[in-house]
Amino acid sequence: MTDWTRKGALEMADAMAAGEVTSVELTQACLDRIAAVEANVHAFLLVDAEGALATAAAVDADRAAGKDLPRLAGVPIAIKDVLVTKGMETTAGSKILSGWIPPYDATVTAKIREARMPILGKTNMDEFAMGSSTEHSGYGPTHNPWDLDRIPGGSGGGSAAALAAWEAPLAIGSDTGGSIRQPASVTGTVGVKPTYGGVSRYGAIALASSLDQLGPCARSVEDAAALHQVMGGHDPMDATSLDEPLPDFVAAAQEGRANGLKGLKVAVIKELGGEGYQAGVKQRFEESLDLLRGLGAEITEVSCPSFEYALAAYYLILPSEASSNLAKFDSVRFGLRVDEGGTTIERVMAATRAEGFGDEVKRRIMLGTYALSAGYYDAYYGSAQKVRTLIQRDFAAAFEQADVLVSPTTPTTPFKLGEQLDDPLAMYLNDVATIPANLAGIPGMSLPSGLAPEDNLPVGFQILAPAREDARLYRVGAALEAALTAQWGGSLMAQAPELEVAR
Amino acid sequence: MSPQMSYADAMDKFDPVFGIEVHVELNTKTKMFCGCANEFGAEPNTQVCPVCLGLPGAMPVTNQKAVESAIRLGLALGCQIRESSRFARKNYFYPDLAKDYQISQYDEPTCYEGSLDVVLDDGTVVTIGIERAHMEEDAGKNTHKGGTGGIQGADYSLVDYNRGGVPLVEIVTKPIEGMGDRTAEVARAYVATIRDIVKGLGISDGRMEQGSVRADVNLSLRAKAADGEDQSAVPFGKRSETKNVNSLRAIERAIHHEAGRQAELLLAGKPVVQETRHWQEGDGTTTPGRSKEEAEDYRYFPEPDLLPVEPSREWIEELRAALPEHPSKMRARLQQEWGFSDLEMRDAINADALVLITDTVAAGAAPQAARKWWMGELARVANERDIALEALPVTPADIAELQSLVDSGALNDKLARQALEGTLAGEGSPAAVVKARGLEVVSDDSALEAAVDAALAAQPDVLAKIQDGKVQAAGAIVGAVMQATKGQADAGRVREIILKRAGVQ
Repeated sequence: MTDWTRKGALEMADAMAAGEVTSVELTQACLDRIAAVEANVHAFLLVDAEGALATAAAVDADRAAGKDLPRLAGVPIAIKDVLVTKGMETTAGSKILSGWIPPYDATVTAKIREARMPILGKTNMDEFAMGSSTEHSGYGPTHNPWDLDRIPGGSGGGSAAALAAWEAPLAIGSDTGGSIRQPASVTGTVGVKPTYGGVSRYGAIALASSLDQLGPCARSVEDAAALHQVMGGHDPMDATSLDEPLPDFVAAAQEGRANGLKGLKVAVIKELGGEGYQAGVKQRFEESLDLLRGLGAEITEVSCPSFEYALAAYYLILPSEASSNLAKFDSVRFGLRVDEGGTTIERVMAATRAEGFGDEVKRRIMLGTYALSAGYYDAYYGSAQKVRTLIQRDFAAAFEQADVLVSPTTPTTPFKLGEQLDDPLAMYLNDVATIPANLAGIPGMSLPSGLAPEDNLPVGFQILAPAREDARLYRVGAALEAALTAQWGGSLMAQAPELEVAR
Repeated sequence: MSPQMSYADAMDKFDPVFGIEVHVELNTKTKMFCGCANEFGAEPNTQVCPVCLGLPGAMPVTNQKAVESAIRLGLALGCQIRESSRFARKNYFYPDLAKDYQISQYDEPTCYEGSLDVVLDDGTVVTIGIERAHMEEDAGKNTHKGGTGGIQGADYSLVDYNRGGVPLVEIVTKPIEGMGDRTAEVARAYVATIRDIVKGLGISDGRMEQGSVRADVNLSLRAKAADGEDQSAVPFGKRSETKNVNSLRAIERAIHHEAGRQAELLLAGKPVVQETRHWQEGDGTTTPGRSKEEAEDYRYFPEPDLLPVEPSREWIEELRAALPEHPSKMRARLQQEWGFSDLEMRDAINADALVLITDTVAAGAAPQAARKWWMGELARVANERDIALEALPVTPADIAELQSLVDSGALNDKLARQALEGTLAGEGSPAAVVKARGLEVVSDDSALEAAVDAALAAQPDVLAKIQDGKVQAAGAIVGAVMQATKGQADAGRVREIILKRAGVQ
């Protein structure tokens, strides 16, 4: 009997089109898998079996009636809890939003519904997407399916773990400094941060508005491309949304896989490697470079000297914007209210925020509030914006010399739960290679490049392209993925250990 | 507490410096950053959406019509228009502020460096420097229940977010110096001019009583320079900012009060505290608000959810070319065209009747006739009902129609008033009222002759006087005839008939 949960999204879509399986069967298979492994993985904050099966049944009925259906109709999907879903509790991983049922859909949620994809539920995340491990979730951490004692990355650890634990074939993530790519890297899955403005942010609970971008998470490059195709495009509700036609990402992936990368110029970013990078991570990275050469690409090296300051700039811009974005969680209109009875509004607001926010969120609100204060603004926020400009210039210069830039996605394989919880700076370093893309607004992808020999844990390979050239990521990523899977004799996920299944 | 010192004394002893911030509520169909209706007076919390409620995930999109209105206002104020300006977040916690930040403009306002000529009652022209005119969104409205009605000590508070996100333009003057005892008058004239400009541009209904034009008045006093010394070299004193002064009269009163209050403190050797004060309409005083010690740091930074405002030069020039006449120029022109005296013109301006008179003239009435109606009978009724002239249920076209009935002789003065009364009571246009009530002047001479004969017969002594050459005595007969015809006779014609019947002519 076919285990449908092990199939990719496009495979599922084709099988439904061929009449081999129904959406209800696929959705039920995912729901069964969720029931079987969630106790160990905890990828979901909410599972909506009823809603998912209703969508699936409606798709099956329309298919039986011979109606035209979108490409991914009937393919189940998991949505990161940062995205607002009408009628379905949305918390962004925070206690302060516990019980909040949004009265509206995010643009991307609406697009998923239009695409007729059953929504399995909402995935776990670090509170308000602040973190690299999901340990900062207000509802307990998610566990990495490759090793349950290890972190699944963050903030989108729930989405990545749901893919790696075969709970869902597709998931939506959000990436402010690496929250799609870093979890993809440490779970052996694929994650893409699109060009800033490429996917509408309307209805995505904001962390840092100038850095946030929603993107697709999948177990293959082509599946990610198919989901990106559904999510992307101009939205009049998001003033920063790009008003231009969406390229055909799936075609770009197919093109790369079929024709290789002859003449493609690939540059390794000198500053994103070397010291601090685990030996096995470097080894797998080098091997992937060899494969790219084999596909016809020309490999060079570029220097981006300003990247040295990226982390520092990021940790001023992000907390500054976050301190303002999170002000609305004040108990007046939604979410938690800690009512001290007969006291002032200021004290109710303060008590609610003291109880509802976790440590990391408070840390960043304080950092941002300080950085924006009169007398400090120029030295902190102002300087960080200047660094941002320098980083954009570094990228511009690098893309003069190369079509894509590459690096390991993360310096190391996943660390153990609890290992960095009390060391925020060590935690922040997980995103050192992913943050520059957010500061510059350019697209980036992480795809698995193998297991580190020393710990048998997944290693991610990052590809960066110029703004609006997301299609290039799919072309290069799909070509490399094909070469890697040929070498492995199957997908990397096939090598993942089997999880213990609850009965 | 009311100061003992008069405004005149204060101005005699100190040199005042003032500045005014005017908030103009734009009359765009929708709010500043969302598609909700921008209308005054709806049921609470019915004109709201995820964006203006600040729900998690929602994002603002700039209303381009509001940008156009702001730029037109900036141009009318002689401002420079920035090629690229940005919105900024002003961060502070308050229940009526849905996002706990207000989207405003900070260091890059769209309109800056302007100047505005203001004409005082005696014709003096004062040029006011404009620092900036920037766009922002309004907050919601709090209602505090229980206690004193303030937020402190209230049992509970209600918030109406209908006003949250309504587009505003805030116009900030530069410090205005050297006005001496004309400070209050200049302040009033400035706000009146702003109000006239926004109404003339059609970008706001300009109703101060509904809060669509609101003023904050900053005032400080400094020592007078010694003879022969430069007053502008004397440093400014500490200022107070009196918030929400919402009528022209209140602006004068607030300055009178603040000048007296500050002068008393200074003369007593006490400091003026730099603070926000609240205007108390009831007794014409101000009360302290937050002092600057507790002043908030708004942590402004560029709004990352919005793109910069970058109007093209061509568009700005198009808007400039299409600007209406400046109110002071328009007034000079109208006064000449209409042949009004200075006093008649000033009264019409103060009564807010210029547009109404203009429209009445455009509908066919003579300017003086239009003025007499609006400044006479209609002003009396509006005053009685305590509403603005333009809020009366009568249109300039009605008044023009009414006047044409008078001009044609169909109505006399008394009947015309009755017709107007009918129109104001909702009985239709003056012509319709005339028809419905049967208010025609009796123009049938034989009917009038019979009435005259009857009156003369009843008052033979009067007849004798008339025949004796005392023609003015005919008035008594005219009155009797008018009474007999229930006012529906043309008094002039009645007089002619009397004289004829008396054999005087």
